Amino acid sequence: MNRFEIVAREDYSDVTFMLEVLHPMMARAANPGQFVIVMSHAEGERIPLTIADFDRDKGTITLVIQAVGKSTMEMQTICQVGGSLYGLAGPMGIPSHLSDARKAICVGGGLGVAPVFPQARAFKQNGAYVIGVLGFRNKDLIFWEDKFRTICDELIICTDDGSAGIKGFVTDGINLALKHHQDIDEVIAIGPPVMMKASADATRAAGIRTMVSLNPIMVDGTGMCGGCRVKVGEEVRFACVDGPDFDGHAVDFDDLMVRLRRYKEEERVATERWSETCRMRATAVDPIEMPDIG
Amino acid sequence: MAKKRTVRSIPQERTPVRELDPLERSANFEEVNCGYTETEAVLESQRCLYCPDPKCIAGCPVSINIPGFIERIGERDFRGAYDIITGTNLLPAVCGRVCPQENQCEGVCVVGENLVPVAIGRMERFVGDLAISNSWVNIPYIDPTRFRIGIVGSGPAGMACAADMAKAGCDVTVYEAFHEAGGVLRYGIPEFRLPNSVVDAEIEKLKMLGVKFECNTLVGRLFTIRQMLTELGFDAVFIGTGAGYPTMLGIPGDSLNGVLSANELLTRCNLMRARDFPNVDTPLPLGKHVVVVGAGNTAMDALRVSKRLGAASVTCLYRRSKAEAPARAEEVHHAEQEGIEFHWLSAPVEILDDGDGSVCAIRCIKMELGEPDASGRRRPMPIGGSEFEIETDQVVFAIGTNANPIIGQTSDLKLNKRGYIDTDADMMTSMAGVFAGGDIVTGAATVIEAMGAGRKAARGMKKFLGIRDVGPISSGPARFGINTREQNYRRVRTM
Repeated sequence: MNRFEIVAREDYSDVTFMLEVLHPMMARAANPGQFVIVMSHAEGERIPLTIADFDRDKGTITLVIQAVGKSTMEMQTICQVGGSLYGLAGPMGIPSHLSDARKAICVGGGLGVAPVFPQARAFKQNGAYVIGVLGFRNKDLIFWEDKFRTICDELIICTDDGSAGIKGFVTDGINLALKHHQDIDEVIAIGPPVMMKASADATRAAGIRTMVSLNPIMVDGTGMCGGCRVKVGEEVRFACVDGPDFDGHAVDFDDLMVRLRRYKEEERVATERWSETCRMRATAVDPIEMPDIG
Repeated sequence: MAKKRTVRSIPQERTPVRELDPLERSANFEEVNCGYTETEAVLESQRCLYCPDPKCIAGCPVSINIPGFIERIGERDFRGAYDIITGTNLLPAVCGRVCPQENQCEGVCVVGENLVPVAIGRMERFVGDLAISNSWVNIPYIDPTRFRIGIVGSGPAGMACAADMAKAGCDVTVYEAFHEAGGVLRYGIPEFRLPNSVVDAEIEKLKMLGVKFECNTLVGRLFTIRQMLTELGFDAVFIGTGAGYPTMLGIPGDSLNGVLSANELLTRCNLMRARDFPNVDTPLPLGKHVVVVGAGNTAMDALRVSKRLGAASVTCLYRRSKAEAPARAEEVHHAEQEGIEFHWLSAPVEILDDGDGSVCAIRCIKMELGEPDASGRRRPMPIGGSEFEIETDQVVFAIGTNANPIIGQTSDLKLNKRGYIDTDADMMTSMAGVFAGGDIVTGAATVIEAMGAGRKAARGMKKFLGIRDVGPISSGPARFGINTREQNYRRVRTM
């Protein structure tokens, strides 16, 4: 039996795909808000991915991945059902604190839609009124809408171009929800840093508790390298062991966004190299079988 | 018996060891110290006085019978020397390389009162390497017990505890959060000081003792310490998770791009092999002008790795003087040979932004030494108006580490106020059956101290489980191919 076997895969778009990985022990231990470190092969990077869902009965965890760089593009190619991951460690980070909010907005932007799902479900199971706000660039990138419908009391879909739901960003969705509901206790926002920053800004005036899940660059995920340090208020915290959830109103997002640019050049080199090998593989002529002349 | 040796009769000079040329080696990751040859080791063995009251044994954290193994080297009985060392030290090839011998065995060597002390570390390494190349292994006679032991962390403390418990007949499983075992030996200490092949060989020996390794397992989060004792059915647990959490500089600019911990630099380079980027996926963009803050062994490793990765200039900043530098003397010496620039008595004040979120320079201040502080070292004091700047595009900080928080977060073990695990004299924590040792108990220390702690915890564990160490059954060498000296562990059977 393979360790960390991939038992299901679904492609949501050209770039977004879902992997369901067998790891009964982790499925049992995982909680909303936690993440794993994945290595797809021995020469691979250790990349942090949020646990988008877990199924304790089936013993699987679900990862939703966007092919944006070399490692994730490679995973999109090589991670197929029946295959396995080289490394999978976790669940890492402190689980999200499930508050006793009676009414909550769960905001997911792009890939952040996946990890916000278990949190929204946890709120629902806790008896809260859940408003989902999901943002995508366009209609084609939408995924998990039906999953959210089953657990949300209200669902607002926002697309940048208006091809589905309302036209605008998730902040427009948040403002819409805030206009109709004066009694929101908590907002959870997961997505690109710029989106989380805007979401935190949107709730700042009303003073609504807003939790964000940070995604800085990591190596080990166990508090050893300090690469994932973030400024929260006056303190320096490690997202891997002190987070990844923090108070969105205290996080220094500008610092986070600068730090996320650290390996831009190397990412470009690696991605170009990867695309190059893919092209070569695609255009390679199949070897001609030699006739048996014996 | 040969005439008694005296300081005057022994070879006066320490046998030199071959080292790679500094210029050549500072561009590659080959091991710097080539180690003794057989002839050199035998020659050096003649410098030992075989003191009746050997101070070196007391100076060794695991009390290796040092004169004993040196005597065997002198008799060219290298296997015998190996058997003596492995009686107390599992990893001679590792410890011969990374122990700070000048503060331990060699520091108290009687020869050292008049001459350069006996090169104990180099001889230990010679024996360890010979064992690896000849595949010597001492698989003792093991009397199996029904006990199962779980070890958290595969670094030196965990490895030492695992070996002792396996020899005591327990079924031992070691859990490691990374994808490869070895802990700091793997991610921290670079190849030119400790080749990966040596770490592999030592781990292989543990596997031969029946120890199982489970990587990709983050104990505390995947399952808790309590679950190990209940659901997973371990009779005792040892925690050796180390002190990995790096201390921040805490000066303006320390979150700029290009500022990173030595742990991150070394992990990327050693464990993730980022020096081969883009053939491996983990990047390590190296600056042209690297500044490393700190002067411990980790700082020396970071300096020398940066040099090998091709930095044009590599500078060390340390707020005290060279005499107070905590690194092994040999490491400082090697770093100097390789062209590392040292700014002693200089402390960083601020890291400057190039306007785009990256480092462009570091502002420092000169220091002078005042009265001794709590650590007994003279306290550095800033000299007013002595500020200066160094142009740099990468600042690495190696100023110490703190306790890893994960076990503390996920268990109710009693911690001290600095976050390290509290233990009793037997290394048992506040939870019965759970032991801890190494950096997670003492704070950052050395490989051999961690191994000593792992062994001490194993003794406590055996006491807790009712496994009794009995003395050698006979003093003869081997019986029926079984090394009798290794029959030390018998469980007291009470049922």
